Amino acid sequence: MTAIEVERLRKQYGAKVAVDDVSFTVAEGEIFGLLGRNGAGKSSTVDCVAGLRAPDHGRIRVAGLDPRRDQRELRHLLGVQLQESALPGKLTVAEAMRLYASFYRSPADTAGLLDMLDLTEKRNSRYRGLSGGQKQRLSIALALIGRPRIAILDELTTGLDPVARRDTWEFVDNIRNQGVTIMLVTHFMTEAERLCDRVAILDRGRLAAIGTPAQLARPTLEDTFVALTAGRR
Amino acid sequence: MRLLTLTEAKLLMREPLALFWGLAFPMVLLAVMGLSSATMDGLSLAAVYEPIVIAFISVVFGVQGLPVQLASYREQRILRRLATTPAGPVRVIGAQLAVSLTVVLAATAGVLAVGRLGFAVPLPRQPAGFAVAAVLAATAMLGLGLLIAALAPTARSAGAAGTVLFFPLMYFAGLWTPQLSPTARHIGEFTPLGAATQALRDAMAGSWPHPVPLIVLGACTLACSVTAARLFRWE
Repeated sequence: MTAIEVERLRKQYGAKVAVDDVSFTVAEGEIFGLLGRNGAGKSSTVDCVAGLRAPDHGRIRVAGLDPRRDQRELRHLLGVQLQESALPGKLTVAEAMRLYASFYRSPADTAGLLDMLDLTEKRNSRYRGLSGGQKQRLSIALALIGRPRIAILDELTTGLDPVARRDTWEFVDNIRNQGVTIMLVTHFMTEAERLCDRVAILDRGRLAAIGTPAQLARPTLEDTFVALTAGRR
Repeated sequence: MRLLTLTEAKLLMREPLALFWGLAFPMVLLAVMGLSSATMDGLSLAAVYEPIVIAFISVVFGVQGLPVQLASYREQRILRRLATTPAGPVRVIGAQLAVSLTVVLAATAGVLAVGRLGFAVPLPRQPAGFAVAAVLAATAMLGLGLLIAALAPTARSAGAAGTVLFFPLMYFAGLWTPQLSPTARHIGEFTPLGAATQALRDAMAGSWPHPVPLIVLGACTLACSVTAARLFRWE
């Protein structure tokens, strides 16, 4: 069963083409990595998959739904963690969790989720008082609170220290083991190698390579990435 | 929606500055006027200022508070984050409007109470007409606030727009000179807060407000919110 299908996606802003003829599929239960330099078209692709923007051309299906036409239904099935997590500074962790839980038909247990993400003792802290890693973990918790079938995690570990990064990886593995399909946007090659079943490398809006990290390692994934995306800009 | 509105209300309660300007300051202003023994057209200064202070409340929450709040929600990507949930971003705007309207009306009731208990200003003799005028004044300013939020690219520029608009709006309400020249008063009748003070004053004196100011307020509410809805920038 296919979780995400992207077929010949094109997105442009004025004269600037952000995504050009990109196709890939993500199987159910897979962790799929979307790699690329800044401005390679990762975020535009994510926006189209999440239904935040309409593609100019191409076809997208997420859990069989059209992200624009079936937006209402998709919101219940797709959890999104955006690059910069976004909450009012004076909202507490517990309030944010309770509020987001109220948006969904059958939300996850907030206490369990906070416990799993090691945020229980921070539950009464305000968002703006949290450390970078805590904010990041909270935004993951909010992306998962609706018990989504598919989750998009964007720049999951940017700004985290190495220990926090490893903890987060372990956590992502756990969610996948519960059957959640994950689309991971990253520019850390070690992260992609450690977590992803398959990755796609985008370069200036186009799909430069797609495959398992092992297939693409020539000799390492990072070498391949640099060879495909460096220079000419 | 209920929890969202409650959450927005809680967040407002955590903004001491907004509460000071919107809730405490109007009462203090009324009290300062009430201490003067001067009269104007046979009315005490407190009675003259009561409608002006009520107009002031709607500016603080509608034109200054609301647009900054919404623009910063956009700037901090809160609206975008909500767009990925089943709740969507529109409801948080609805919640903000509900909370603001409630607080404006509560502050208005507070001002009436201070005027009555502290300075013997009689309660409005035409309560229904007064309520209609007060609600329309609030919706007109919230509509204008929505329009600012729709157009301002950042929270900073929303704040600046609110501050710039404050002066002409409150001038015609009579904040600096309650007795405007006939020309200024005539122009003022067609500005939202000139209309609001006029309508509130009529209702306080015991007659149903003249239709013109009510129409001005209704038209401002409608025109601003429709334009805001069409032009709102979500990112």
